[in-house]
Amino acid sequence: MFWYNSVVEVKMDVVSLSRLQFALTSMFHFIFVPLTLGLSIVVAIMETFYAFKNDERYLRMVKFWGKLFLINFALGVVTGITMEFQFGMNWAEYSKYVGDIFGAPLAIEATVAFFLESTFLGLWIFSWKKVSKKMHALFIWLVALGTNLSALWILLANAWMQKPVGYVLRNGRAEMVDFGALVFNPYGWLKFLHTNTSGWVVASFFVMGVSAYHILRKNELDFFKTSFKFGAVFGLISSLVVVIVGDSNGREVAKYQPAKFAAMESIWETQKGAPFNLIQIPSPDEEKNSTEAIKIPKMVSVLATHDPNAEVKGLKDFPKEDRPPVFPTFLSFRLMVGLGFLFILQSIVAVYLVMKNNLEKNRFLLKIMLYSIPLPYIAAQLGWTVAEVGRQPWIVYGLMRTTDGASKSVSLSQVWTSLILFTLFYGLLGIIDIYLLSKFSKKGPEPLMAKN
Amino acid sequence: MTYQIIWFVLWGVLWAVYFMLDGFDFGVGILMNFFGKNDSEKRQIINTIGPVWDGNEVWLVTAGGATFAAFPTTYAYMFSFLYSALLIILFALIFRGVAFEFRGKEENPTWKKFWDISIFFGSFIPALLFGVAFGNIFQGLKIDANGYHGTLFSLLNPYALLTGLLFVALFTLHGAIYLSLKTDKEIEERTKLFASKSFYFLLAVALLFLIYTPFATKLFDNFIANKSLFAVVALLVISLLAVKFFLIKKKEGLAFVFSSLTVLLTVATGIIGLYPNLIPSSIDPQYSLTIFNSSSSEYTLKIMTIVAFIFVPIVIAYQIWVYKVLKGKVTTEDVVNDPHSY
Repeated sequence: MFWYNSVVEVKMDVVSLSRLQFALTSMFHFIFVPLTLGLSIVVAIMETFYAFKNDERYLRMVKFWGKLFLINFALGVVTGITMEFQFGMNWAEYSKYVGDIFGAPLAIEATVAFFLESTFLGLWIFSWKKVSKKMHALFIWLVALGTNLSALWILLANAWMQKPVGYVLRNGRAEMVDFGALVFNPYGWLKFLHTNTSGWVVASFFVMGVSAYHILRKNELDFFKTSFKFGAVFGLISSLVVVIVGDSNGREVAKYQPAKFAAMESIWETQKGAPFNLIQIPSPDEEKNSTEAIKIPKMVSVLATHDPNAEVKGLKDFPKEDRPPVFPTFLSFRLMVGLGFLFILQSIVAVYLVMKNNLEKNRFLLKIMLYSIPLPYIAAQLGWTVAEVGRQPWIVYGLMRTTDGASKSVSLSQVWTSLILFTLFYGLLGIIDIYLLSKFSKKGPEPLMAKN
Repeated sequence: MTYQIIWFVLWGVLWAVYFMLDGFDFGVGILMNFFGKNDSEKRQIINTIGPVWDGNEVWLVTAGGATFAAFPTTYAYMFSFLYSALLIILFALIFRGVAFEFRGKEENPTWKKFWDISIFFGSFIPALLFGVAFGNIFQGLKIDANGYHGTLFSLLNPYALLTGLLFVALFTLHGAIYLSLKTDKEIEERTKLFASKSFYFLLAVALLFLIYTPFATKLFDNFIANKSLFAVVALLVISLLAVKFFLIKKKEGLAFVFSSLTVLLTVATGIIGLYPNLIPSSIDPQYSLTIFNSSSSEYTLKIMTIVAFIFVPIVIAYQIWVYKVLKGKVTTEDVVNDPHSY
């Protein structure tokens, strides 16, 4: 099969299994993170409306969406600890080599962001009757701030693996010499904007999808039409930002990770004014694309540099051992971009219908929105696939190979055991979480009791 | 040089604060099934730590992150050598965390039972295994030029298990005192009674630990070399006895202050004994991981010192403020009437 060699790695050594485990645990972690990133803001906006307009409708919305937020949040937190432990557990050689610079953003994330998020979330849940409305709304804003800042530091760390800056090689390792370069790495800030807003899209589509479910059943129409409105507006803004930032992101990749860029577009020959083929099937074994159709001239050059005549490096210009797996990188990228544009389109239609106050009559659109809930999740996972598979064979781009990063003292049976246990436990927790989310989504909001 | 020492102290402080805070969460989790006779009592107990367990656990993430940033070589070896033990701790913490959130989301008794058991093991296992881990670090790991030569089972040696038991006993008492402060009626009475009885168990384990330590470890070498350090051990003994004193005087608030202090001083004693090692080698001291041969560069340590000195006090300030906002007892009526409680 044409894709077999590049997709399936048959080797089952400590490095491959550790990679598989890292991929599994980080992708599982990232099922919960994007909704947390976005829903924290949606709930914060709703509670601000409640605090300032004093309208109990908004309080019910905060409580309903807040409950779903919390069910999702729990798994995001606990699976995050795994990520921090795993660098040392499975990637000890990597940690030793880059810890001087890579450890800093992780430690700062915990100190500056994770504390803020966790402490104020606990307070938010339990202080409804203890503080004023505005103070209570401030708590959820601090949660939203902590959550999104947390992503910033993690993405600055990840950006360093993509585009290492601010270090020198000394004492047999990468040592930090310029903290500013690490913190203001443009690659990291673009990644931050792209990733966080993609989480906001996940949340917007979640809110719109769940609302659509209830509007279709004529359940709590006023409540869910208002919720849908929040989702539609937030969705339109964030889906536009994702794509605009994604374009800048792509240019950074073209500049600093040319082999990844070539794999994303499946460009084999170095060429000026490289065209974009709407339909394209890579054939890595033959080092070419077996199918290319519907050509848009010079488009890939435009995407790479915004200059239609710019030269784009082809995969053949890189030694085979320096090329990322082409097929998964290319396919994930294509699908992600396609979905990104679809989200803009869906959001525009949603906002239009909200403005015409015509929502419940458009059952077709409502059904589409309901079944679209998983799509932004998929797009986010595809995005990480592009970023991380495309980074291969490097663990730090151009500096350290993935094969050199794994722990030497960990045995094959240990990694097999942990991989199997992670798969089973995470599988179980994932099923329970999705069950609970859908149960409480379908149940709808609680009737408002006399309180406060 | 100075920055390495600053970070050694900070490293110790982070672990100490983590154990002081998550310590009572573990204690509460261990005791929940025994003191909660019915569902609303169990919920009452869970909700005493409901608002704070997550913020407390972040101290672990920070301790881990600080080890990574300040002593990357130690972080790399500590986590990869103790792979299987850490994996078990990780799963236990994951199940404990989701148990709090998931438990009340279904009325089915089997469902609740499952999460009740998760809360017990999710609290007991980390308390025990963190003790086992530190017991092994105090003794030194089998490290030489070829790496690490231990297994999960060699980690479960008598001294390490005793340290594990010490952690469990200490956290259980600490948690019981916390519960007596945060609950009312029968649970309050039950926990008070338990606290004053379990104190003797802790005292016995602690004595055994102190007697065993000079035979199993070199922890006391630093104290013998610098006798004034014995003041820390003396304070530890005083603060442990003060816990009992204030329990007898029915001043649970002060008893909790001293049980917190006891946790901090226990960690301090161990950390002082380790200096300058982070992980001693039990085979040959030249393979020990010390703060000098496993630290980050001075530049990184300097940056991280600035970050820590600005943000750690801010975190401590708002966490104290949160405890103040949430002060007072959690009653069964509170829990039953509040749809947001666990």
